[in-house]
Amino acid sequence: MNQPENPTREYLAAPVKKVGAAAWLKDNLFNSWYNSLLTVLTLLALGYIVPPFFKWAFIDSLWNSSADACRDIEGACWSIVPQNIKFIILGFFPEGQEWRPILAMILLLALVIYSKEKSRWNKLLAWMWPVGLIIMGTLMYGGIFGMPVVETDQWSGLPLTMMLSFFGMVMAYPLGVLLALGRQSKMPAIKTLCVVYIEMIRGVPLISLLFMSSIMFPLFLPDGMTIDKVLRAQVAIILFTAAYIAEVVRGGLQAMPRGQYEAADSLGLTYSQTMRLIILPQALKIVIPPTVGILLSAFKDTSLVVIIALYDVLKTTKVTLQNPQWTGYSTEAYVFLAVLYFICCYAMSSYSRRLEKELHTGH
Amino acid sequence: MSDNLPPSTEAPMPSKPPFWRDEEKRAIVFQVVALLVVGLVSYYLYSNTQANLERQSIATGFGFLDKEASFEIGESIIEYSAADTYLRALAVGALNTLKVSLIGVVLTIILGTLIGIARLSSNWLISRLSALYIEVMQNIPVLLQLFFWYAIFYEAFPPPRQALNPIDGVFLCNRGMIFGVPEAHAAHPVMGWVFLVVLIAGYFLNRWGHKRQDLTGQSFPALRITAAAAILLPGLVWLLYGAPTAMDIPALRGFNFQGGVTVSPEFSALLLGLVIYTSAFVAEIVRAGIQSVGKGQIEAAMAIGLRPGKVLQLVVLPQALRVIIPPLTSQMLNLTKNSSLAIAIGYADFVAVTNTMINQTGQAIEGVALIMLVFLFFSLSTSLFMNWYNKKMKLVER
Repeated sequence: MNQPENPTREYLAAPVKKVGAAAWLKDNLFNSWYNSLLTVLTLLALGYIVPPFFKWAFIDSLWNSSADACRDIEGACWSIVPQNIKFIILGFFPEGQEWRPILAMILLLALVIYSKEKSRWNKLLAWMWPVGLIIMGTLMYGGIFGMPVVETDQWSGLPLTMMLSFFGMVMAYPLGVLLALGRQSKMPAIKTLCVVYIEMIRGVPLISLLFMSSIMFPLFLPDGMTIDKVLRAQVAIILFTAAYIAEVVRGGLQAMPRGQYEAADSLGLTYSQTMRLIILPQALKIVIPPTVGILLSAFKDTSLVVIIALYDVLKTTKVTLQNPQWTGYSTEAYVFLAVLYFICCYAMSSYSRRLEKELHTGH
Repeated sequence: MSDNLPPSTEAPMPSKPPFWRDEEKRAIVFQVVALLVVGLVSYYLYSNTQANLERQSIATGFGFLDKEASFEIGESIIEYSAADTYLRALAVGALNTLKVSLIGVVLTIILGTLIGIARLSSNWLISRLSALYIEVMQNIPVLLQLFFWYAIFYEAFPPPRQALNPIDGVFLCNRGMIFGVPEAHAAHPVMGWVFLVVLIAGYFLNRWGHKRQDLTGQSFPALRITAAAAILLPGLVWLLYGAPTAMDIPALRGFNFQGGVTVSPEFSALLLGLVIYTSAFVAEIVRAGIQSVGKGQIEAAMAIGLRPGKVLQLVVLPQALRVIIPPLTSQMLNLTKNSSLAIAIGYADFVAVTNTMINQTGQAIEGVALIMLVFLFFSLSTSLFMNWYNKKMKLVER
């Protein structure tokens, strides 16, 4: 404080401003001549693309009008979505019964959202799921409580997409884990069967399995016996996804240090106890990110059932577009679907990131 | 302690556990049961199929492949007409699959690498835009993207008479993209051969250069010499042949274009959809690969005096590629498998041709088996390559 002024002391200049908009711009957009050039070029390109798009999508567009009104405008005709929303979402579900699939979907969503919190994973939840699924199935199929029967070939639109993806993911996961364990097994016959299955399925496109389910499988069944077409496609999706899950889980199993197996052995645990209590909880946890990638692909791939003429939400949209009144507005309809799929996928992947953090027990 | 125990002869520790607790025997029982179940189910399905085929009087076997296909295929690399056999039709389909997959793989790797690097850029705008691209494109089903691009080609592009003409000689209309190409000339094949010879010579030059560097420590700019020769020598041939510049420019005749090369809207939509979808995944793979190389590695390389290009070539890339290549290959396989979605937008790939064949002949089992065999062939040959590559690139540890 009262020290004499040091004559040789250097006075440093005030530090260059590190906060505020200008500093941020300089650090992040103009930190070198090369980056400055890139920024300017990108901004120019954006300026060229974004305003016309904005004008098309929001200014010159119609949001809920008749098809005729759309003919006179330059912009987007979003009206195709609200005007056909019932068909796009529900497809051929019988007139007057629409509340049933809607209720079923809400129930499924509610169950999924309720199950999100790890603290709620208890016995009650384990009971809620089968009960909820039975209620949903009853709502969709009907037959009791005065609800007329709706055959599965009338299940279409979003409920079908949700069903195919939900069961596709939920059933494929345990099957995939079993296959992965089979592949790691010391029994040569089991191992060979699993390897052949996994490699074969992973080598062919999903569409060939769907073809198999739709045109080849009826030949496999005895005369007079038929299996529902939706169910066949569902099984094809499950079998396909399981092979991919198996490969991911195998990665997790291989990453487990030998000490874990040996420790379990030295405690005298049986094979199933070792797997259930020691190995799988750790192995499955470390492969959460790739598993979610597979599950997301499974969800997106349900759209392939279009090709075997099941009316999922993509097919109902296409049917809408074939209506002469609404042809020519594919872009708008597909953008709507893209947003729908994007929201679902994004929600799943951000949930998985959260779950990964919650389950993380390391340091 | 054990001395105090009475010598027991009647109840020794059982030397053999009962067979249901003997692990080895249990394993045998398990396997026999598994094989029996699989065998019985297969036999059941097989006998059903036999009975069904007999009842519906569908012939089995691949004899039908020699029959006349009698359907047209929109685009084909080899000569094909409806009078050709099914076998030739299938070959056309397989070549179309290969065409779209090969072009798709090359474009995907280029685009994906660019976006993956852009994602790591210090430029906030570029990095955010790449992140947006990756996030959006990964989360939209590829089939929806195909439909979208196909619709763009069909609805947003004008008919040939009002074709857009962005660059001279290039036309965009709802019949696809049509552009001019140099007219066929005797010089072109010669240029191609010269180019190929330069590449092969360059490969050996590069090997020689490495060997020399190992022996003497002097580096040899083999790559630069090869690149220069690959451009200059074919150019020289072109000049020697009198510099032919005649172009085959498309021209509007009646309702469609004549001349030039036409890229069909089906092919373009398929290629665009596959490349955009897959490159989003490739970008993530490339980003992860580059980030996996520790900062210390780069700093160490700079500390021993390597120039930035050499740091990339000798230190970063070999390590990053080890992480990148395996998932990249599986993405390339995915692209090949996804090319089977061509059937949804009417591009005549292998699956689409086979499907037409199944509809005409009723040979569903043979058809689906063919599809599976062809794709299995692609996948298994890729896996073989991957195993070889992994062995070659494996980290040599103590």
